[in-house]
Amino acid sequence: MRAQIAQRTLRTDRWWLPPLATFAGLLLISIYAAVRTFMGDHYWVDEYRYLTPMYSPCLTEECLPNAAHFGRLLPELPGFLTPPVIIIPFLLGFRVTCYYYRKAYYRAAWMSPPACAVAEPHAKYTGETRFPLIAQNLHRYFFYAASLLLLINVYDAFYAFSTGIGLGNIVLLVNVGLLAAYTLSCHSCRHIAGGRLKHFSKHPVRYWAWTQISKLNAKHMQLAWASLIFVCVTDLYVALVASGTIADLRFVN
Amino acid sequence: MGYQGHFRVWRGSDEGGGLEDFTVEVNEGEVVLDVIHRLQATQTPDLAVRWNCKAGKCGSCSAEINGKPRLLCMTRMSVFAEDETVTVTPMRTFPVIRDLVTDVSYNYQKAREIPAFKPPAGVAPGEYRMQQVDVERSQEFRKCIECFLCNNTCHVIRDHEENKESFAGPRFLMRVAELEMHPLDQADRVQEAQSSHGLGLCNITKCCTEVCPEHIKITDNALIPMKERVADRRYDPIVWLGNKLFRNKS
Ligand code: SF4
Ligand code: SF4
Ligand code: FES
Repeated sequence: MRAQIAQRTLRTDRWWLPPLATFAGLLLISIYAAVRTFMGDHYWVDEYRYLTPMYSPCLTEECLPNAAHFGRLLPELPGFLTPPVIIIPFLLGFRVTCYYYRKAYYRAAWMSPPACAVAEPHAKYTGETRFPLIAQNLHRYFFYAASLLLLINVYDAFYAFSTGIGLGNIVLLVNVGLLAAYTLSCHSCRHIAGGRLKHFSKHPVRYWAWTQISKLNAKHMQLAWASLIFVCVTDLYVALVASGTIADLRFVN
Repeated sequence: MGYQGHFRVWRGSDEGGGLEDFTVEVNEGEVVLDVIHRLQATQTPDLAVRWNCKAGKCGSCSAEINGKPRLLCMTRMSVFAEDETVTVTPMRTFPVIRDLVTDVSYNYQKAREIPAFKPPAGVAPGEYRMQQVDVERSQEFRKCIECFLCNNTCHVIRDHEENKESFAGPRFLMRVAELEMHPLDQADRVQEAQSSHGLGLCNITKCCTEVCPEHIKITDNALIPMKERVADRRYDPIVWLGNKLFRNKS
């Protein structure tokens, strides 16, 4: 028999604050992303060649011709669907199955557990042993897909320099920098680079890569938030310039 | 300077019990265990508490202080305000014996369920040769002092007694990882981690890491790498398809 203690927790600190903040943050960002996705507009600045990462690559018939860097390969989407719905499953899949975000929403949204040593409200618990949560094991495939999309974002960021340099260029560049740091710091990436090896001594290059990625990996949570927030900032900047609400600050030309 | 501190201590046995209030002297530089000892010496001679080294190295004095799983000997009184009530309870996840002492045999049981280190055939102890970089990685896990605070905090068993049978707990999943990463170990530990030791029950919410007094990165360096190894073996669709197409016929 366990010690009989009626309280769900005896913690006296504000243990509910981090999950609440996480929940609010994720909710706000999801709302913003959904609004921008279904807006279907203001994603491309023709004059300076800024493309928001949320619409990159733009692959369907309704894309603005100049924004479709790889051509409009897919037919027009039916109904209210917009070009990002093609890439969002991969981007969302990467974040949703990410080891950090899993921790974040298991705690903040599912309260399993809400905080350490605070009882969870669920009577039964099977963790990640069954469908649907067993699918979290597919994280590495989303990592591959997200890496490809990241390369396209890098291409977009450099392509935008072809008309000069403005604040938008800097924003796009910082964005891909943060996205790259987040993607490289992924636990699956760490595993693939070298973590799966039993004998580091036989693979000096992979050992070196693992060592570097491990350093980044220790900051995975910070990078997850920084890159997520900055994607929204980048998108907002492009939207404001594209809609003519603000003018891009130009440094060269 | 000393002051009179407010303490609330769980007292009882497996038949029942509750929190009792005490006012007791606290002096500068003391830890919670010192005050518990003063209580024993002055007011409650029969208060049961397990301890040994008073240096955070034996892992005996695990308990919960203001609801947080910690070592009694490593929790300084200076982290509390003088007028704050300090609540001390036994670990929740294990059966209580008396007062602050719990029966931690679950952990010994789980330790026995993990197959021992398996050296390569024909290599005797004393003949083991390993590269430093290869053994280095699992050294972190050997800092463990077996306080079992991680297993106590893990919600998989803390909130679900019925999972105890199928779940080794972070401490022993880390032991599996340590052996799996050992350069000379020959046993196949990956399948067992998932099927016998319950790795799939862990949802990587990191409470084990949060409470570990040795600051071992249990989740990042042991549990997630093990999950990735399991994914290599069990959830790789290409491997799965290959098995379906070619191996099932036999
Ligand atoms: S990370 Fe896993 S093992 Fe550690 S406390 Fe959380 S659920 Fe338990
Ligand atoms: S891993 Fe840390 S918390 Fe768990 S038993 Fe070892 S020292 Fe204690
Ligand atoms: S673990 Fe977070 S992106 Fe892979």
